[in-house]
Amino acid sequence: MSTLEHDPAPVGEPAEEKAPSRLAPIGRFVVSLLRMPTGLFGVLVMLGFVVLALSAPLFIHPSDLSVTQADGPLLAGPRSGYPLGTDPAGRSVLLLVIWGSRTSLAIGVMATLLTMVLGAGIGLMAGHYQGRVGRLLMHVTDWFIALPSLPLAIALAAVLGQGATSITIAIGVTSWTGTARLVRAQTLAVEARPFIERARALGATDTQLITRQVLPNVMPLILVSSTLTVASAILSEATLTFLGLGDPTSVSWGSLLNNAFMQGAVTAGAWWYLIPPGIAILVIVLGFTLVGRAVEHVLNARVQPR
Amino acid sequence: MSVGVPLEAPTVSGPEEGPERSDFPVYLARKVGAAVVSFVMLLVVGFIIFSLMPSDPVSALTRGRPTSDAQMNQLRHDLGLDQPLWERFLTFVGHTLTGNLGYSYEYHQPVSTLIADRLWPTLLLMGSSTLISIWLGMWLGIRAGWHPGSLLDRSASAVSLALWSVPTFWLGLILLVVFGSGSVGGIPAIFPAGGMQTHGTAGGLAPSHVLDVAWHLVLPCVTLVAVIFAQYVTIMRSSIIDERGNPYLLTARAKGLRDEVVRRRHAVPNALLPSVTVIFLQIGGMIGGAITVEVVYSWPGLGYLTFTALRIPDLQLLEGTFIVFSAAVIVCNLIADLLYRALDPRVRRQ
Repeated sequence: MSTLEHDPAPVGEPAEEKAPSRLAPIGRFVVSLLRMPTGLFGVLVMLGFVVLALSAPLFIHPSDLSVTQADGPLLAGPRSGYPLGTDPAGRSVLLLVIWGSRTSLAIGVMATLLTMVLGAGIGLMAGHYQGRVGRLLMHVTDWFIALPSLPLAIALAAVLGQGATSITIAIGVTSWTGTARLVRAQTLAVEARPFIERARALGATDTQLITRQVLPNVMPLILVSSTLTVASAILSEATLTFLGLGDPTSVSWGSLLNNAFMQGAVTAGAWWYLIPPGIAILVIVLGFTLVGRAVEHVLNARVQPR
Repeated sequence: MSVGVPLEAPTVSGPEEGPERSDFPVYLARKVGAAVVSFVMLLVVGFIIFSLMPSDPVSALTRGRPTSDAQMNQLRHDLGLDQPLWERFLTFVGHTLTGNLGYSYEYHQPVSTLIADRLWPTLLLMGSSTLISIWLGMWLGIRAGWHPGSLLDRSASAVSLALWSVPTFWLGLILLVVFGSGSVGGIPAIFPAGGMQTHGTAGGLAPSHVLDVAWHLVLPCVTLVAVIFAQYVTIMRSSIIDERGNPYLLTARAKGLRDEVVRRRHAVPNALLPSVTVIFLQIGGMIGGAITVEVVYSWPGLGYLTFTALRIPDLQLLEGTFIVFSAAVIVCNLIADLLYRALDPRVRRQ
């Protein structure tokens, strides 16, 4: 089957990448992405947060995050040594927010992976097996789209118990529908093209068709969809954790806001405890959304001249 | 991707290829039938989540209370857990259809009573914020879409994007700490810190009580509006842009009508049609925002009830609110389908 991909493109088909280097188109793609101001900003935000999250253990000691070992003033505003103030246990809010990016990003990425696997899987099946199976899958998808996602996520997370795993599952189960619809539409479009017929004529099985012919052509769309999904998954994670469904011992932006809310930061007017986690969420969600839109734009620009 | 299948609005419609020229009763029957199917699927999912997934509902129910084995078995028998699966499902469906959503062991009240008590505050909050958002969103969307790329258009898009990126509950917390706590930057506590009425005031429709509730409603309502109005801006903007190139607008201009009149009398009525139905389809997304806003402002509605049920956790109560929220969405989708047909003469004539 692999020889098929290197066959010369038939007349009337857009010229596929025949060059031996498979990295060249990716390089061109990255360059045009970074040329857009919004894309550049988004990529910088993403990279910044990833670096911060990965390097956090280098400059944050566990005792800084321990409720019993922290030695700062209790629920005090910004001051020297504590640029963003402290929480009611005397921990530095700045360090907490930096540490929180680890959980929030991890759950956001894991939930996105789950969403993509579910959404792309169902979308590919629904697009490839047109007929009864495809119709049934699309009915289920439509039905899930109509269902209110937060009550469903709350119900799932409540039954599965507190913790990162149940939140990840709850987000995945409630957010795959959009991807499934997109992937199905793209699958239908790809399957209408002649090279699928050629592969079928050469005896490709359904599995080979889906994984070797359709999936590579649907992949760019899945990537766009996934950057946007990370953004909404981070928002959902914050919401579910704020409602108290998260792991109570781990530090994330949602759990920081949950603590602040439960420990009376609002009545105490402790704005320094409330604002930073929200700004962090805002910036990272904005970053992922802008990257998603920029990628969409670049891909569209490359698709249209055909 | 011109070959792509058009992404139609997500509806819970039945078979896609219905008869082209159907009468209203047929249409109505088809849509109601689809809604009933959705409701049955909802019951199946509710049953799976709340009755099959917990390993032992009885120990979840009695968590934290000393219970003897005999009591546990009695409870199991009362809940029908010793019966076969399909019988349990049928009992569950029968109970739900007759309005019996179970019994909350935490509140010592039937779940349906608890939900009925909390329904009105939620309807008040969601209704008022939806109306304001629709008005604001349409107003902005029409103007932004009429001149795409203008300063207004670009700032509306930027504000929408920023507000979309913010968690609803966080916006609520910030508004609350600024305007409700009286301890930030010398801003007095203009609005109450939560709840729906001042303690000790009489209920009813006395003018003072209505004002008191309205005063409590301001902050939650502003929070919800800030998060949801952007969707209406986007919808209205894109449908106005779709109408902009149409020849009938050229005719209207050729008649010598002012730009504003062309927009108001000719473009907006046509652009309104797709928007109206989308408004009802957005209700499902709104419920999520309403839950967190109710939690932040201790607004005594269904969302706050869900939150308290979650902390215990009271699975029967959670199941009840889950079914009510989802059923509300199914009803809203049905209304959207029917309204679309009632409003658009072109659809009716087909």
